[in-house]
Amino acid sequence: MNRPTPLWLRLGSVIVGLLVLVLPLPALFDDMRPYLLALVLVYWALEAPGTGGIVAAWLLGLLADVLTGTLLGEQALRLAVLVFLVQRFRAQLRFFPAWQQAAAVGLMLLNDLVLMLVLRGIGGAGLPPLGVLLAPLLGTLLWPWVFLLLDALRLRHRERVGGR
Amino acid sequence: MIQSGAPAPKLSEAAAGSLPLLACIALSVVLMVADHRGELSPRVRATLTTAVEPIWQLAALPMRVWGWGETHLSRQERLAGENIALRRELQLRDAQIARLEAVAQENARLRELLGGKAGYRLAVRMAGIVEVDLDPWRQRVRLDLGSAEGVEVGQAMIDAGGMLGQVIEVSGRGATALLLTDANHAVPVQVVRTGLRLVAVGTGRSDALRVPNIPRSADVQIDDVLVTSGIGGRFPAGFAVGRVVSIAPDESRLFLEAEAVPAARIDRGREVLLVMRGDPEGPVGPPENGP
Repeated sequence: MNRPTPLWLRLGSVIVGLLVLVLPLPALFDDMRPYLLALVLVYWALEAPGTGGIVAAWLLGLLADVLTGTLLGEQALRLAVLVFLVQRFRAQLRFFPAWQQAAAVGLMLLNDLVLMLVLRGIGGAGLPPLGVLLAPLLGTLLWPWVFLLLDALRLRHRERVGGR
Repeated sequence: MIQSGAPAPKLSEAAAGSLPLLACIALSVVLMVADHRGELSPRVRATLTTAVEPIWQLAALPMRVWGWGETHLSRQERLAGENIALRRELQLRDAQIARLEAVAQENARLRELLGGKAGYRLAVRMAGIVEVDLDPWRQRVRLDLGSAEGVEVGQAMIDAGGMLGQVIEVSGRGATALLLTDANHAVPVQVVRTGLRLVAVGTGRSDALRVPNIPRSADVQIDDVLVTSGIGGRFPAGFAVGRVVSIAPDESRLFLEAEAVPAARIDRGREVLLVMRGDPEGPVGPPENGP
């Protein structure tokens, strides 16, 4: 049952993640934009482990940096750390019930937020708007749906290929 | 006993797992430091920009469709009303421009008499703002004109209200501009009423500028208008920058610090004007002394 996950699903989910980074949202949601790219990367790190995961996350982060105009390397570092954490606790995370998994993902997003604040603090940025604190919460609420959607797409593909 | 060797491979596995992470962190730090100090080759960013260009286009699509729908599906009545209002406005502006043109001609004649160079000739080009949300911590916008259209790094960006910012990065089909209100932006200004020269820096908020280091003896009042002074040669002189709304002593109590409201509509509007370089008549700025 070790069929490779389809490339279009991986690429597609990542591109949607990148899109959400810059999609124009109402000003209210601008600060608390959920970090969908991180969620997608968490999913792929959980479901399809590989040695290249961290490097891939780093390269994607570099693209995200250029996309949003942040300091080159900032999101790259954050995503690499995130994927590393997921790979480290993969055995536990995979068998958590959904709500517990969501909570763990929320914690990792919070960790990511702290990392971001530290990096930007060193860079000399001021205090962030308060809405930023809501972003990990939104990410947590979003996680089960992202997980279910990607899982369904992946399994359907597998069944279709297996049925042939 | 059989499994006594198990922990060893686990350890080495962990070490092998953290090696790419360490490499990534090191690379990131190098990149960030280089980028922060502005020592990164612009080619690196330009190459990556070309790669993500389609995503910007895709992200701007919903707003573009919305805009199209608004123009094509909105009520005839409303359009007609808007048309009348715009026509009136245009007439008013035309009258003002006609007067200004007479003044400009007179000015040019007088300059010729003085033997000075003619200044204040303005070549602008309209650029659209691509509707994407960049990092909310930084005040930047993405423009839809690039090096193919002759946009260069350092060009000033204005709108109907006044100074808006400057271009900081150009790729083939687009450009990124830094707004006046970004915390990393500073512009040399002049108080219209007194001619006092100051520097206005951004605050990171789109509705405020900071004017630090004003001498205590200086004559600055609330409601004073600030315009670009043209010093430094980056911005043409005479564009409105903002209006002073408050003045207070700074932390050292040796200087005053003023807060100003930007004159341009920073967070509204979808079109901007780029001031084109290559002015055949020399630099635009304060009049130079003739030989």
